Amino acid sequence: MLPDLGPVVPELIVAVAAMGLLMVGVFGRANATRTLCGLAILVLFVALVFETGLTGTRAETFGGMFVVDGFAVYAKILVLIAAAASLAMSIGWLRREGAERFEFPVILLFATLGMLMMVSANNLISLYLSLELQSLSLYVLAAFQRDNSRSTEAGLKYFVLGSLASGMLLYGSSLVYGFAGTTAFDGLAHAFGNGIPLGATIGVIFVLTGLAFKVAAVPFHMWTPDVYEGAPTPVTALFAVGPKIAAFALLVRVMVGPFSALTDQWLQVVVFISAASMILGAFAAIAQSNIKRLMAYSSIGHVGYALIGLAVGDQTGVRGVLIYLAIYLFMTLGTWAAILAMRQKGRAVEGISDLAGLAKTHPGMALALAIFMFSMAGIPPMAGFWGKLYVFMAAIDKGMVTLAVIGVLTSVVGAYYYLRIVKVMYFDEPAEVLDHGGGDGLGFVMGVTALVILFFTLIPAPLVTQAGAAAATLFGG
Amino acid sequence: MIGLSQYLTVAAILFTLGVFGIFLNRKNVIIILMSIELILLAVNINFVAFSHFLGDLVGQIFTMFVLTVAAAEAAIGLAIVVVTFRNRGTIEVEEINQMKG
Repeated sequence: MLPDLGPVVPELIVAVAAMGLLMVGVFGRANATRTLCGLAILVLFVALVFETGLTGTRAETFGGMFVVDGFAVYAKILVLIAAAASLAMSIGWLRREGAERFEFPVILLFATLGMLMMVSANNLISLYLSLELQSLSLYVLAAFQRDNSRSTEAGLKYFVLGSLASGMLLYGSSLVYGFAGTTAFDGLAHAFGNGIPLGATIGVIFVLTGLAFKVAAVPFHMWTPDVYEGAPTPVTALFAVGPKIAAFALLVRVMVGPFSALTDQWLQVVVFISAASMILGAFAAIAQSNIKRLMAYSSIGHVGYALIGLAVGDQTGVRGVLIYLAIYLFMTLGTWAAILAMRQKGRAVEGISDLAGLAKTHPGMALALAIFMFSMAGIPPMAGFWGKLYVFMAAIDKGMVTLAVIGVLTSVVGAYYYLRIVKVMYFDEPAEVLDHGGGDGLGFVMGVTALVILFFTLIPAPLVTQAGAAAATLFGG
Repeated sequence: MIGLSQYLTVAAILFTLGVFGIFLNRKNVIIILMSIELILLAVNINFVAFSHFLGDLVGQIFTMFVLTVAAAEAAIGLAIVVVTFRNRGTIEVEEINQMKG
C-alpha cells in the first residue's frame, strides 16, 4: 500500500524536478545552465506554494518517519525562500566566473530537499539520511569552483569536519537507540519518560554535539570562517541561511521533543555553547578585514542569540527562535546580495576597505547595507532589534538573566564592527570605485529584504503570529 | 562469553581512534578519510550489537543505510581530494592552510 503522499507533496516536487533537471542537463543541449537555474527557481516557488497550502495540523506519513506540523511548515517556508534567493543571486555570478555548469542548480535542489526533510524528520534514521543528503550536496557546492584552490580547500575542510560531525551524531544515535530500544521520536519520548539510562545521556550529548557542528556553534565553529571565505560567494550566502535554519529547526525538534525528558542533562551544554557563541562571535569579528570572514563570525554570534531561545526551551523560547531565524534570513540574504555586488573592474573584491565611500558612488546599495548592519547590531527600529528582544524577553521570563545580560553585552561589542562598516561606507574617502550595474536581481534582493527589515517594526503581527502558532504545534500536540 | 559490553567497548575504542586520527594526523588527507570510515564502522558495530541484543531489526536496517551513505561520502571525499591535489600538487594536511585567521 502506498503511504499517504499528501504531506510530502513539496518534497516530491523538489525531488522529481531535481532528477528531471539532471536528465535535461545531461541529455539536453549545452549551455542550458541559465535555463535550468530559472526552472529550479520556478520549482522552488511551486514547492513554496504547495507548502503554504499545507494546513498546520500534524500529519505523519511513511510509517511515522516523516512528520508535518505548523513548526515544519514555518521552517520549510524559510528554507525555500533561502534556497530560491541564493539561486537567483548565483545566476549572474556563474556567468561572470565562467562556472556555468548545469550541476549547480541540480545539486542545490538536492541540498534543499535534504533541508526540507531534516525539518520534518521524525525518526533517527530519517534524521541521519536527510542530514547527509543536505551535507553531501553542500560539500560539492563548496568546492564548486574546482580550479580555484581556495574553493577546493573550503570544500575539503567542510567535508572533513562535516563528516566528523555526522559521525558524532551517528554514534550518539546508536547509543540512544541501544538504550531506548527505538529510533522513532515518539517512542524515544515515551521511553525516556520511564527513566534515563546513563548511556542515553551520553548519546544525547553526542547528538547535540553533531548538530552544534552543523549550526556552527562555539566550540564547534572552527570550520565556519574558512569555509565561508573560500566557498563561492553565492554558495556562502546559502550556507549562511538555508542549512543553518534547517539544522536549527532539527535541533529544536529533537531537544524539546524526544529528548525533553533529558532537559536537565542538555540544558547546561546549550547554555554554555550559546554564551560562548555570542562572545566569540562578538570579539573574533573585530579584527577581520575580509567581509566574508566577518560575516562568518557574525553568523556564529547570531546562532548564539537564537540558542538562548532553545535554552529557555518553552513555547515562548521556541517562538523567539522562530522569529529570530526569519529576521536573520532576511538581513543575511540582503547582506550577501550586497557582498555579491562588490566588484571592481569585473573582479569580485572582499575587503571591508573596498566599501570606502560607497555612499557617494552607490547611495542605494550603501543605504541598504547600512540598514542590514543596523539590524544585525540590533539597533531599533530595525527588525534585528525585535528578534533579539523576543529571545531576551523569553530568557528573562524563565529567570535566565545571566544569558540575557551576556546577550546584551555582546550586542554592544558586536555593534562596533557592524557600525565600522557603516562608517567606512559613509565617512571614508572612496579609494577605488566599485563597478556599477551588477544587476542580475541582486538589487531586487537587497531592496526587498531592506524593506522587510525596515517595515517589520510597523507590521510585526503576521510573522509573530505565525511563529507563535508554529511553536505551539511543537508543544500543544 | 562475549556480551554486549565487549562489543560496545570495541566500538568505543574504534570511534576514539577515528576521532584522534582526524585531529592528530599531520601527514595525509587520505588518512583522514580512513579515520572517517573508522568512525562510521564503529557506529555500525554499535548498531548491530544493540540490534542483536535487543532482538530488534531496526538497528540492522540503520546499518545498511549508514553503509550506503558511507560509500557516497567516500566518493565525494575522494573527488574533493583529487581536485585539491590538481590545484595544489599536494594533499599534506600541513599544506592546506591558505586561509587563516
